[in-house]
Amino acid sequence: MCLGVPGQIVRLEREEPGARTGKVSFGGVLKPVNLSYVPEAGVGDYVIVHVGFAISKVDEQEATVVFDYLRRMGELAELEAPPP
Amino acid sequence: MKFIDEYRDAEAARRYARLIANRTRRPWTIMEICGGQTHAIVKFGIDELLPPELTLIHGPGCPVCVTPLELIDKALAIAAAPGVIFCSFGDMLRVPGSREDLFAVKARGGDVRVVYSPMDAVALAAAHPDREVVFFAVGFETTAPATAMAVYQAHRATLQNFFLLVSHVLVPPAMEAILSSPMNRVQGFLAAGHVCTIMGTAEYGPLAARYRVPIVVTGFEPLDILQGVYLCVRQLEEGRAEVENQYARAVRRAGNRPAQALIREVFTVVDRKWRGVGSIPASGLGLRPPYDAHDAERRFGVADRHTEEPAECESGLVLQGVKKPTECPAFGTRCTPERPMGATMVSSEGACAAYYRYRGVAAKVEAR
Repeated sequence: MCLGVPGQIVRLEREEPGARTGKVSFGGVLKPVNLSYVPEAGVGDYVIVHVGFAISKVDEQEATVVFDYLRRMGELAELEAPPP
Repeated sequence: MKFIDEYRDAEAARRYARLIANRTRRPWTIMEICGGQTHAIVKFGIDELLPPELTLIHGPGCPVCVTPLELIDKALAIAAAPGVIFCSFGDMLRVPGSREDLFAVKARGGDVRVVYSPMDAVALAAAHPDREVVFFAVGFETTAPATAMAVYQAHRATLQNFFLLVSHVLVPPAMEAILSSPMNRVQGFLAAGHVCTIMGTAEYGPLAARYRVPIVVTGFEPLDILQGVYLCVRQLEEGRAEVENQYARAVRRAGNRPAQALIREVFTVVDRKWRGVGSIPASGLGLRPPYDAHDAERRFGVADRHTEEPAECESGLVLQGVKKPTECPAFGTRCTPERPMGATMVSSEGACAAYYRYRGVAAKVEAR
């Protein structure tokens, strides 16, 4: 129910308050999306979309943290591992 | 698709599972709140990657599941009224009321329509001024901004034929109800990422401190959930109880302020009944003036209708994490997705439906 799908803004269509809308690409499929709640997001940005509304702009730096963390922890584990 | 596929990498998932196993010294029970997370855990077999000391239990985070029988009955009465166009998200149509579901009303000639967004219902109201259009507004904080925008726009456009049957519920009060119950088993939470996208993370600090539970705001893909579990286990093993944010690519501490502003404009916090759980104080949203002119319960005179929940279904215990779906004697036999007895089997995101769908025969055998 709280499903949110990430997509990329490809076009802005209306800029009125409460009706800021645009087209968002989900792997090539374009859908109209209400962008009123992400005033900071523009063409090229990724947003999380829920029931036709963008609810958050994806922070592309934070998006890699899950992998960076794994890498760091992996290195740490090797350092801590007992010698063979 | 970008921001989905990379979070399903099997090798990275196995490495996270190893990190979790290395950290885990004692048995712990962690609850994921959101039905979307439950679905991913069962679908991808994430629970089967975890060490035996860890138990994941499934929380009440499926709005379809927790919508009380009483409100389904109200929806059925309104949808059957002449001249009404009744709009709903698709997954509400199969939810059984006391006697039937919305599909049955539709089969008898009721104008019941599935919409993707509440704004579709506003467009219908504008296109059909001679009809009354009712949107069944189900959802958590994630969905509330969309509903709020719909009624805000309808009000500004003076669409007097647009109504909301509101069933919005709030997550933190339900977490508190679980933690304060004498039956509570939860020692750590994975909080629902998209709820926090809207509301931020500030509400969880007092809960973590008061009940001494770590709360990790977590996303929905397999690697998100595994990292969320890892962060939660690390806190438990270190004796910490803090709020952490695993899902920082979509969740900021303050949440989405424009969305919060419109929620406050349109809604006020009210007590709500949760199916299978009962009434929880200050756990939902209701329309505030002047938007309450669009309240379907008032317009159709169903506000005073009350329905008792059936006693035979154990979904309340499943929703609170006291029981696993397979521990219910009706699971997979008298209760299936085709003939659901209760809330958690009804919605595809419900814990019982997820076990039935992805664990299939194994779950049914285990249940016997």
